[in-house]
Amino acid sequence: MSVLTVAQLTFLEARRRKLFWIILAVGLLSLFLFALGFYFIDRELRTSATEIQVAVRSTLLLVGLYGVNTLSVTLGVLISVDTISGEIASGTIQTIATKPLRRWEIVVGKWLGLATMLAVFVLGMAGGMIGSVWAISGYLPSRPGEGIGLMILEGWVFLSLSLLGGTYLPPLGNGVVVLMLYGLDFVAGWIGQIGERLSNTTAVVIGTVVRFLVPGEAMWQRAAHVMEPASRFGLTPFTIGDDPGVGMVFYALLYLAAILGLAVYLFGRRDL
Amino acid sequence: MVVLETQGLRKVYGRTVAVDDLTLSMEQGEVLGFLGPNGAGKTTTMKMLVGLVRPTSGRARVLGRPPGDPAVMGRIGFLPEHFRFHPWLTAANFLDFHARLLHMPPERRRKRIPELLERVGLADRARSRLAEFSKGMLQRIGLAQALLNDPELVFLDEPTSGLDPLGRREVRELIGELRREGVTIFLNSHLLSEVEMSCDRVAIIKRGRVVRLGTLDELTGAALEVEVRAGGVTPEVKAGLERWGQVIREEKDLLTLTVADREALPAIARHLVEGGARLYAMSPRRLSLEELFVRIMKESE
Repeated sequence: MSVLTVAQLTFLEARRRKLFWIILAVGLLSLFLFALGFYFIDRELRTSATEIQVAVRSTLLLVGLYGVNTLSVTLGVLISVDTISGEIASGTIQTIATKPLRRWEIVVGKWLGLATMLAVFVLGMAGGMIGSVWAISGYLPSRPGEGIGLMILEGWVFLSLSLLGGTYLPPLGNGVVVLMLYGLDFVAGWIGQIGERLSNTTAVVIGTVVRFLVPGEAMWQRAAHVMEPASRFGLTPFTIGDDPGVGMVFYALLYLAAILGLAVYLFGRRDL
Repeated sequence: MVVLETQGLRKVYGRTVAVDDLTLSMEQGEVLGFLGPNGAGKTTTMKMLVGLVRPTSGRARVLGRPPGDPAVMGRIGFLPEHFRFHPWLTAANFLDFHARLLHMPPERRRKRIPELLERVGLADRARSRLAEFSKGMLQRIGLAQALLNDPELVFLDEPTSGLDPLGRREVRELIGELRREGVTIFLNSHLLSEVEMSCDRVAIIKRGRVVRLGTLDELTGAALEVEVRAGGVTPEVKAGLERWGQVIREEKDLLTLTVADREALPAIARHLVEGGARLYAMSPRRLSLEELFVRIMKESE
């Protein structure tokens, strides 16, 4: 299976990057600080009413998970930003692409390797965060597995966009474009949310259009929703109340497939 | 048996024509030297033949299939120019990765990889990382990679570039071995001596076009250079020499002319003697590949 061979090499290659270890270190540090902070805040809540306890715990957890989500998007973009263009530039791709495999196997193999790595990262970080909250306070969000899955999906959306960009953009340009799309997605998501509350049609339309253009933050919104369906603090970037719905998740999966298909097409036509 | 053929192969990058109207074919077991200065289109040609680059127009068949067809890529070996790979891989891991892409089963890989490391003289470096390799060692491990599958047809793009004289010799010897084993080799080179020593046929490429194609004898034998030492050559007699060839140099009693073939020599001698010249010496000399190459490169379009 050439796809798996390429996936394995890509995984090993990504793991060897300094970048990976830096993000992992930042991740573990924030995990530790989060747990520490959570522990001390939670101690203050001992005498509070149960309702307040739950509200604070769930909000803190969402804030932490949102941090994980941002790290995951960053990692997803940066590990994939030059995986194709970089290997074309260095010539590494030449001995691979002249083996008896099809070009799509290279693209899909790379995606699999990087997507696996990202999934492991999100699983470890988000799982660690939810686990530490549970260990300290006994609080568990509803459907944590589904929430983590959705966070992974968001990472994959940006990872795939960056893989696609790598088939025709130089690494720096590609990274800038994809991170800008992430920013746009974030801002537009917010505009849409506020617009909805103020019943402003234009704002809602902007939010919706961008959400379909880049269904990334919508996955986080859905994740926040499934983990904390009754978020008590109302509208914040971390706990956006609106649920994009399960249809949006299917759309994101289709979107992933389409982006990957486009990357395969562009890479297939490219001179190496 | 024809293992490779191209018809009117052409590649254009923007407004630059990298390869133009390339038509050639290769027989099984032959070593073809693709000779040209840097930037003549050698690498682009090779990349088109291994499926890395799409031709703008024209047609190519490699082992009977379009270039890059996975059905034949398992029977081909390719060493790219300036070969590089992930520096953190060890030599053995590097070969193992490529062997897996060639769908070689584990037992075969275990046997084949040490064999090849031995063959390219890196048996004691199996566990060294590519990062520690010199340019010559990288080139050799790249060659090992190209030979993993016992290919019928091997493409080598400047295989001795960056090697010291000893390394060059080793690679030349390896090419010689492959040639004796009957492997067909397409060799890109700008080194005349390498081509002279290794190749059955030579294609000389200049600005994307093949300007000469043939065996070494055909190419260099076609033009014979004769030095004639003679006294008392009248202008009429000298003009008469034009029938057999072209006078290219002239100093005192020494005339240098190029002729089409050996058979012209007796006729020239007779012409000189009958014309009343005192003929002291006539020495024909084959043009070296280098002289031919330089001459071709100097030719105007």
